[in-house]
Amino acid sequence: MKISQKLKRKAIQIAAFGLNNCHVGNFFQKGGAKLYTGPWKQFCAPGLNCYSCPAAGLSCPIGALQSVTGSMKMDVSFYVVGFLLAVGVLLGRFVCGFLCPFGLIQELLAKIPLPKKKWRLPPFAKYIKYGVLVVFVLLMPVVVTNVVGMGDPAFCQYICPSGTLLGGIPLISTHPELQQTIGWLFSWKMFLLIAILIGSVLVYRFFCKTLCPLGAIYGILNKVSFYRLTVDEQKCIHCGKCAQVCGMDVNPVKHPQSMECIRCGECAAACPVGAIRIGFGVFRGKDAPAQTANTGCTGRCASCKTCARKNL
Amino acid sequence: METKPRCGTGTGWTLVRLGLLGVAALLMVVGISRGEVAIVLKKAVNLCLECIGLG
Repeated sequence: MKISQKLKRKAIQIAAFGLNNCHVGNFFQKGGAKLYTGPWKQFCAPGLNCYSCPAAGLSCPIGALQSVTGSMKMDVSFYVVGFLLAVGVLLGRFVCGFLCPFGLIQELLAKIPLPKKKWRLPPFAKYIKYGVLVVFVLLMPVVVTNVVGMGDPAFCQYICPSGTLLGGIPLISTHPELQQTIGWLFSWKMFLLIAILIGSVLVYRFFCKTLCPLGAIYGILNKVSFYRLTVDEQKCIHCGKCAQVCGMDVNPVKHPQSMECIRCGECAAACPVGAIRIGFGVFRGKDAPAQTANTGCTGRCASCKTCARKNL
Repeated sequence: METKPRCGTGTGWTLVRLGLLGVAALLMVVGISRGEVAIVLKKAVNLCLECIGLG
């Protein structure tokens, strides 16, 4: 039995979610949910996963970055920047498509069957995440400091929906003493979480497209990453199927290394002539059917409609 | 149709990528030697009130 690309990806996403959140028993501790406090938390996870989630076994790279830059002694975190650079150069936004727990949550939400037309975001929306990265992750923890020179993790504090969903709700619901400290900030974060969850039902990966600073970092590194998308222009028949199936609104033929591409592989699976390859290295095109030079037709009908367009 | 060389596929680009990986490794070594790992661990094992919306 051949396992589809979608199923393979979903299995990897679920495994990654489980590995990031392997301490499920911490939700059911006596006296309320407790955090895992072992040594693995000195390592960062590649995806967005709040380290204040009781089940989390690794640190969130965005939270870790802010905690170091917001500390008294340091304004830059070589450790986390190095980690993000290494992961980004190796994998780019493959992390978003396969390894990010919050990405999986959004994809599951997008499956809720609502009577909906295909919602599209305005073109400027994809640039908001770069502003979030610069202002909330890089600048505010360093610039907005208290009297002893410590800055707050502004992205975690004001925006991060993963923290509210996986950390805030389980901890506050099992700790009555924390419930007494709820104020405007928690209300704001709940409002934002609900807005993002509704957005994710209506728009595929709403948070990834608009607000995620980690997606912004990996998006920039998509341009140079080892893991890349390659289009064989000799095989491509320009049927447009790849752009049609892309949930991130990318045209892989025009922009194979787009900063928005999460390397999910839907385009490669949809290509009728096997012209798209995703992986490490450059396209060799060994197992793809060759097109007939003049017509663009492979002779095996894949309903690409090239023949109809060219009146063949 | 002639195939245009795609940006990012040459040997030069591979060297750039390897160089970036080297820089990343160097940054991590510098960060570890400065004691950043301890700061990350301390923040991660204690309840982050800001993260959950209480700070």
